[in-house]
Amino acid sequence: MSRRVLGGVAVFAASAVALGFLILPIVAVFARVSPGKLVGQLSSPVVTDALVLSLKTSVVAQALVLLVGTPAAYLLATRRFPGRSLAVVLVELPLVLPPAVAGIGLIAAFGRYGLLGGTLSFLGIRIGLTWGAVVMAVAFVSGPFYVRQAIAAFEEVDPDLVAASRTLGAGRARTFFRVYLPLARRGLAAGESLAFARGLGEFGATIMFAGSLQGVTQTLPLAIYQEFNFFPNGFTKALAMSALLVVVSGALLIALKVALQWQPSTRTSRFLFAPSS
Amino acid sequence: MATLNADFTLPLRAFELELALDVSKTVALVGPSGAGKTSVLRVIAGLAQPSRGGVSLDGESWNGLPPEARRVGFVFQDYALFPHLRVRANVAYGAAGRPVDDVLTRFGIAHLAEAHPRELSGGERQRVALARALARDPAVLLLDEPLAALDAHTKTEVRHELAELLRDLGLPTLLVTHDYEDAAALADEVGVLVEGKLRQFGPPAELVARPRDAFVASFTGANLLRGRAQPGGGGLTTVRLEGGEEVFSVDEAEGEVGVVVYPWEVAVARAHEPDADSALNVVRGEVGSLVEIANRVRVRVGPLTAEVTAASAARLELARGGVAYATFKATGTRLVPL
Repeated sequence: MSRRVLGGVAVFAASAVALGFLILPIVAVFARVSPGKLVGQLSSPVVTDALVLSLKTSVVAQALVLLVGTPAAYLLATRRFPGRSLAVVLVELPLVLPPAVAGIGLIAAFGRYGLLGGTLSFLGIRIGLTWGAVVMAVAFVSGPFYVRQAIAAFEEVDPDLVAASRTLGAGRARTFFRVYLPLARRGLAAGESLAFARGLGEFGATIMFAGSLQGVTQTLPLAIYQEFNFFPNGFTKALAMSALLVVVSGALLIALKVALQWQPSTRTSRFLFAPSS
Repeated sequence: MATLNADFTLPLRAFELELALDVSKTVALVGPSGAGKTSVLRVIAGLAQPSRGGVSLDGESWNGLPPEARRVGFVFQDYALFPHLRVRANVAYGAAGRPVDDVLTRFGIAHLAEAHPRELSGGERQRVALARALARDPAVLLLDEPLAALDAHTKTEVRHELAELLRDLGLPTLLVTHDYEDAAALADEVGVLVEGKLRQFGPPAELVARPRDAFVASFTGANLLRGRAQPGGGGLTTVRLEGGEEVFSVDEAEGEVGVVVYPWEVAVARAHEPDADSALNVVRGEVGSLVEIANRVRVRVGPLTAEVTAASAARLELARGGVAYATFKATGTRLVPL
């Protein structure tokens, strides 16, 4: 009996520690400085430049991820060809790659002395130290989150529905837009929210491949690091930008949960958040 | 009337599906699950590519045509209605912009036009699936287990409706089912498909009257008893059953045979008076199960299933465990190779 009580207490204590450990840093971001001061910091040029750059590079990078990743995921999900498993593994590899490795890889491939460096400079394209480099770094690390989820979403579409569409006179393209896309859209939305969140927080590969130039390549995470590290009064600014990122990330997480939960006009659950999912 | 010709080979996992078939009225392919029935429909619809031969309609080859270019109306086993589209949009999917109100009305689903598939009953889903397939204006109709997804009560009703519809349409129709009763009720001709090959093909009555082998016989619902045949006198063949009884048939055979007798040709009695009965064959046995189906009762007597009216069953006071005599005529007893 007392053993059971002890066990219960231990489980409860462990849960409290875990929850507190995870929540405290987030609370601290908001609690350290007064809200008025946090908001006030948001108008400083470093912050606005970083915010604009983060948004701009995120939107462009995610547009590219959707545009290229969707057909690729569809192909990998619906066709069987030799080397398919290998292709899936390669697509997913950046998920587990340390960001520093991603940065080195991007430099080695597209940098001035990289594999494609000669070709690119011959074409008059300079990537290093431009916001294009940020886009590439963000797309590289975040794309696999989307593609992986998109493959799963396309694979889940009932083959009979696809066959029905074809026998009803719809070719492959029409079937893709009228059957695959609508039925996979929840999975696609979930994957894209994950990719967006990962891309927004991208740090390591960006700082190595694109550098940290205010207004050119300095995104919010890079600006936080720089303010904190190199400016005596930068901590408050770093806190303000962190608070901003917490809010945006939280919104993305909610959007993700909604995307996963939501079914067109069939609410199986009235709860926004699935219990422990 | 148009004729669909299918003549092809399709390698499947465990065996090769090999088929040569002309369809101009309604043809049913029956067989156990895994016999390759659905694969036949998939080849005709262009969803699977045969290794030899192909499909043609009135002599015009469909080989190499993708599914969307073949004029088939395909009703899938679980109906495959698009879950994200309302009934109207489902039906309009293949209608190439033609209005579908007439089709909805004809199938009695106009009031469901704005419903989502998941809100429909099994019977309603089936009608939507049929309406959708026909709104495409197909030249050929393919039905995969059209009644399997329905409960027993709905099934009888829908079977009747479907039989009428198929007659009115006059399209070459190929349907597959594992249920011989459904096949016999819906089709003009029935083919028994086992492991990718047609065992027998003909009108349903012929399959029952002259089953080619033991499998076809038992699949069409007959009792199948094993025995050893020997030519006897008077044009009768004597068969000694595994249980020891002797039965007689007008079919000629010798050696190991299957004795085929349909349940509706078996009479059941509590006592047996040989002199007062024209039926030559008698099997005595314990009453096993009694299953009531509508106004009939299926009685198991020893190794035989008999079908009697509910009134007779009541009059005979048949009860499980009691002894009864199953009698059947030599003329209703067929002998088939095992």
